[in-house]
This record gives sequence, structure tokens and C-alpha cells, in this order.
Amino acid sequence: MSDQTASGRPESPQSPVAALPGGEVTERDQDGPMLAADGRPLKSSLARALRREKLRALALIAPLLVFIFISFVLPIADMLFRSVQNDIVADTLPRTVVALANDPLEEEGVPSESTFAQFYTDLYIAEEYKEHTRLGSRLNYEMSGISSLFRGTGRAVGRFDTDIYADQFEAADPAFEDPAAWADWMADDDIRAALPLTTDAYDAWAGIAVELDEDNPAEEDPEDIVYTSLYRDLANGAAPPAPFPQVDVSGFESVSIRELFIEEDEDWADPEVWETIRAYSSRYTSGYFLNAADMQTTPEGVELRPENERVYMTLFVRTLWMSLVITFSCILLAYPISFLLATLPARHANLLMILVLLPFWTSLLVRTSAWKVLLQNEGVINDILVWIGIVSDTNRLALINNATGTIIAMTHILLPFMILPLYSVMKTIPPSYMRAARSLGAKDWTAFWRVWFPLSVPGIGAGSILVFIMSIGYYITPEIVGGTRGVFISNRIAYHISTSLNWGLAAALGTILLVVVLALYWVYDRLVGIDNVKLG
Amino acid sequence: MSALPPYASTGQRIWHYGFRTICGLIFFFLIAPIMVIVPLSFNAENFFTFTPEMLRLDPEGYSLRHYVDFFTNPNWQGPLWNSIKIAPAATLLSVCLGTLAAIGLSQPHVPGRRAIMAMLISPMIVPLIISAAGMYFFYSRIGLQGTYFGVVLAHAALGIPFVIITVTATLVGFDSSLTRAAANLGASPVTTFFRVQMPLILPGVISGGLFAFITSFDEVVVVLFLGSASQKTLPWQMFTGLREQISPTILAAATVLITISIVLLATLEILRRRSERLRGLSPS
Repeated sequence: MSDQTASGRPESPQSPVAALPGGEVTERDQDGPMLAADGRPLKSSLARALRREKLRALALIAPLLVFIFISFVLPIADMLFRSVQNDIVADTLPRTVVALANDPLEEEGVPSESTFAQFYTDLYIAEEYKEHTRLGSRLNYEMSGISSLFRGTGRAVGRFDTDIYADQFEAADPAFEDPAAWADWMADDDIRAALPLTTDAYDAWAGIAVELDEDNPAEEDPEDIVYTSLYRDLANGAAPPAPFPQVDVSGFESVSIRELFIEEDEDWADPEVWETIRAYSSRYTSGYFLNAADMQTTPEGVELRPENERVYMTLFVRTLWMSLVITFSCILLAYPISFLLATLPARHANLLMILVLLPFWTSLLVRTSAWKVLLQNEGVINDILVWIGIVSDTNRLALINNATGTIIAMTHILLPFMILPLYSVMKTIPPSYMRAARSLGAKDWTAFWRVWFPLSVPGIGAGSILVFIMSIGYYITPEIVGGTRGVFISNRIAYHISTSLNWGLAAALGTILLVVVLALYWVYDRLVGIDNVKLG
Repeated sequence: MSALPPYASTGQRIWHYGFRTICGLIFFFLIAPIMVIVPLSFNAENFFTFTPEMLRLDPEGYSLRHYVDFFTNPNWQGPLWNSIKIAPAATLLSVCLGTLAAIGLSQPHVPGRRAIMAMLISPMIVPLIISAAGMYFFYSRIGLQGTYFGVVLAHAALGIPFVIITVTATLVGFDSSLTRAAANLGASPVTTFFRVQMPLILPGVISGGLFAFITSFDEVVVVLFLGSASQKTLPWQMFTGLREQISPTILAAATVLITISIVLLATLEILRRRSERLRGLSPS
């Protein structure tokens, strides 16, 4: 608040005073501070007026700020968050994740029987909610083959031989056949506390019965997961109080859930599967970013993928390289035009300016379709070349669906964004400088190179950053004229969002692209200032 | 540069005409691809190149069939109407909010002006695919994905930077003693705004609005992700057409869009001259 004191005033002396309630300033008292008309010290009165002015300015900006925040900034932040978010394993297999964390994986990296039992419960529930396939495709990004493993076992898990437990319990005590009795037991807090696994499985099963089948759990027989959990609870030495029937399970025939899984698909004995599940069980992951940077986690740590699998780095390098080529061709084409426009009399320059502004205002789709039509194998350009005789009819130039097509079309589309800043900088160069240089004996070229060109460099800088920023994020034009060799990183992001549905990877790639663009934006703001962007 | 002096040497003459030829070629590169679309759209055949009949200027080679298709086919009329419904709503939203904020930003004391400005301009800088991805994820969470309102909201956000830039530029030339004079004469702030400030900055507001309109009218990436089939816009339809089965009706649609941009460009030019005249600058 110290900058609001009277010392800061001279810049705009009239406004705060005019905004004062009284509008007039009293004479200075003999000794005290200067007072305003209402008797307050002038200093605080001015500070108050300034504060009010600031608040009014903010109040005018606030609605838009809130709007942009909700409609634009939050979505982007949400996307950034998605690139590290990894809830699916922890949400779908909550019991397994806990059990795995405590499992030393002693038997050659394969979990113990109790972890498998928890996994059985999880997978059984996930299969009911049909979530195991989503989990499978998520984990398939990290290790191929997991998707089919989950799908296949998910189908089988309801038919596992765990029904022997239900039969044996019902034989031991007929009360187990009564759904209502189960509901009563599971409402008793003492029994619940004594049988943690059973309670957990029963609650999950009851949830499925209510939500998916719209049944009343008190009228339905509990599923095998409940009996299996009960067997494990009792085998662990649990002693549920009455009215729960006392059953001795030591004589029960038992079955190894671990064996059942491995029998169903031997991949469950593959330590790599469990390593993958364990690695992605945390709610946050750097996996997407590693993937986006063509890296992978191996038992030895993080390392680059083999050379032939580095898809994304190739794509990033290509995007940057092609953007550079496009920026450079834009400078090459824009410079002569801007020079001509800046040196012609205003009347002619304004007419020629229309030729620049018309493409600028024409729909991007129109310009892209124009290039698609022109560059085709049977298109106008190839027809003309064949007609002139430069190219024979049989080997027409391949101008589309490759990098050439993208570069030609994008140079054309972004050219106005180079011409406009360049022109506005060149127009401020006084023509007398060139005349002075010539009268001092400089040749035309020297006068241009030593006087004009250095003065136009800020325009080149502004235009280049603008064109470069726009070009590295381009999607539409590369998609249509780029084929496979001429696409940018944006096209890959779009592919992951709409086709492969690997949203986390799309978000990670997007985050990297965003960081690059924002860094350039920052540079642009420093060099040119965002308020100096000229439009038309 | 403008005119060749009579004493110019041969080398200077060659350079002068050579340079102009180069510039002419670059102008040709800028404008020809757009202009070639117009005659091709009158092609009587389903080709994307000039047929021998067209080159002979034979009337048989030309027809309006692609225009008839464009104006009667529901595959094109639906998207056209969607565009016409979405763009004005988005424009209105961004012009109202943007103008208010621009006025706020032009006050002499705004805390954090640079940061606010950077945030408001960011929708223009952030690659569209990233905006589209973010909006797609976020708007599906809050149930706006695939709704008319969601698309309007997204397009308004994309149009904001243009309104901010043009209106703040106009406000630089605005004499703030006029509002103080109005206040001094007893006008309320609202009256001052509508009777004094608004008429003077109107050209800037309208040209900002035109930019916002064309941004929404042209936008395809965001609507592609955010919209559902019932929000299909004209650029979306053109995009699908270009990617899947390219039909010459696209050329008719493109010609219609070129006409619209010429009209907008002309409006903008008239506004610019008017604004210069109002500010006392001589029309150049």
C-alpha cells in the first residue's frame, strides 16, 4: 500500500482528486497534515479514492475473469491433472492393491494365496460391474497382452470351483441357506468385527444385488465370494459370537485360489503381470509422461525405448523441425511483401493490403480444401506442370499426404501472421534513414543491409514467434494434407483422445506441447508485449 | 522505392522490376489458391480440376449443381444452420464480457494488469487441440459435452482475446476527460457509458465482435471434440468431407464462405476508416 501515498501521485494528479467526495482541498493547518474537505487527512483520502478506483476496475474485469477461468483455465488444469492421475487400478482392485503392497512376492515374484484370494474378490466384483475390461485396456498400454488376460479370466471367474465352500457350509448348518439369517448376521456389529473378510465380501455382493440386479439381499443366496471369504476368516481363527452358527472348518475340503487362476491362464504366474499391476496401483503416476518421452520402466530403472520404438520423440522433433521450416519460408515470403507495402504510397499499399487480409479472413477450412484440391495427383498444379511439360503424365509429383503438402499449405495459411507484424514494424522506419544512408555514399544494398534490415529485425522476431507458436499446435491442415509423414504432435493427441482412448497419454503429450507453447508465449510477451498484437 | 527516378542505372532498373515481379508472384501465391476455388465450384462435372469444356469457356462446362446441392441437401443445411445459431450467441457473450473487461483494463490503476492480460489472451495462444482436449474432459464431467450451451461457452472463450485486443486498442485513443465531463454535467456512470463512451468505441467493439464471430464460425477442432452430431457445424461438415468422401459441394460451400469473408473484410475496412475519422486522424 506504500505506493499509494502522495509520492506516487504526480503521474495522474487530477483523477483521484476529482473523485474525492468533496472535490476540494482545504488549506493546510498550521502544524497538522493536509486535510481534505471532510476533515480526513488528504493522504488517506487519496489512498481511499485510489483503492476505490482499483476495485472498480477489478469489478469490471471480474466477470470475464471468472468466465475464462471456468470455461478455459479449469479445463486445461483438469487436463494437466489427468496426465498424472491413475485411479483406475486403485479403484477397481482396492483389496488387491493393499494386499500386494504387503506381499513380499516370495514365490518367484508371484503373490501368495491370500493376495490371490483378495484379487479373486476384486475381480469378481469388477466383472459384475463390467469394469475389468477397462482396467485391462488401461494396463495394456503398459504391458501388451494384459487386456485379453483380464477379459478371459473375467469371464471365467464366476465359474471357479469355489462353490465347494457354499455346499460344505450349508451341509454343516442349514441356517447358511437362509438369506434372511445372513442379513441379520451382517447387521450385527460384533459379528462384523469378528469376520472382516466376510463382511467386506458380503457388503460388496449386497451392493451388486441392489444396484445391478435390483434385488433385496435379504432374499437372495450370497454368492461364492462370500462363502470363500467366510472360510478364510474361520481358517484364520476367527470366532464369531452367537447367533452366528459355530462351524469347525478344519475338516473342510479346500481349494487354492492361486492354482485356480494359474490353471485358467498361466500368465497369472508371470511376475511381470504383477509387477505392472503393482507399479500402476498408486493413484498418481509418471507413467504417461515416461511414455510420452519414449521411456519405459525396466527392472534396472527408467531408460529410453529401443531406437525403432521412439514414436513420440520423432513426432516432437518433426513438429519442431517442420514448424521451423514453415516459419523460415514465411519470413522469406513475407519480407519482400512487407517491404513493398511499407515503401509504397499509402493509397497503393492499402489496396495491396486487401490481398493479404483476404486470405487472413478466409476460413481455414476453405484454404485447406483449396490446397487439397490444388495439390492432388489429378489436381490443378500437377495438370499445369504436365501441360507445360516439366513433368510427364506418368510420374506426377506427390505433393499431398506428405511433409511437402503440409509445409506448402501451412506456409500459405500462416503467411498473413508474418506479414502483419512485419509490416507494422517496417511502417515505423522513417524513409529518410535510407535516403540519408544513400546521400552518405552507401550503395542500395549497403543502405538496406546496414540501416533498414537491422531496424526491421523486431518485426521478424515478433512474426516468427507468432507463426512458430501457431504452427506447432496445428491440427486441421496436417490432418487433411499431411498423410502419415506430414502429421504433427497434435494429430497424435487427437488420435489418443478419440480413437485409442488413452486419455492419460494424450494429456501428457498435451502438457509437454503446452509447456513449449507457454515458454514461447512468455518470450513473445517479453519481446513484443501481448497488448501490441495487431489484428488487421 | 515507390517510383523509379529517371537517373536510375540499368542495374537498379532490373532490380526494381525484378523485385516487383517477385512480390507479384508472392501475392499470386497468397490469393490464387483461394480464387481458384470460385470457378471450380461451378464445374458441371464431379472433378476437382478444370475440364476441357471449362477451359474453352463453354457454357456446357459450367453449372450451379453444386450450389443446388449445398442449399438443398440436409447434410449441408443442418450444419449451416447450426453455425448460424452458435456463432452469434458466442459472439454476444464474448463481446459483452470482453468490452466490460477491456474498459476495466484501460483504467490507470489495475493491480496485476500484465498477469490478467496474459490469462485473457491465452485462449488465442494455447494450441486448439489442447483447449479442445481440456474442454472435452472437463465439460463431460459437468455434463456440458455435446450440448449447444457447451459449444457456445467454448467458442465464446476462444473469441475473448480478439475482443480484448481490439477494444483495448480503441480505448488507447479514448479521451477520458470526456467521461469526467459527462459526470461533471450530472450524468450517471451508466448514462455516461451508453451515451458518451460506447458510441466512441463502437467501431472497436464491432470489429472485435467480427473477429469473435469469424473465430466461432470457422472453428472446427473444439466443436469436433465438444459437440455431438446435433451440433455439427459447417466447418465440421467440410472437415469430414475433406477427410472421408470429398464431394465438389465443398467447393460451393467454400465459395459461400469466401463471400462471407469478403463482406466481413469490407465492413471492417469501413469501420476502420470511420474510427480514424472520429478520432481526427485523416483517412489514409
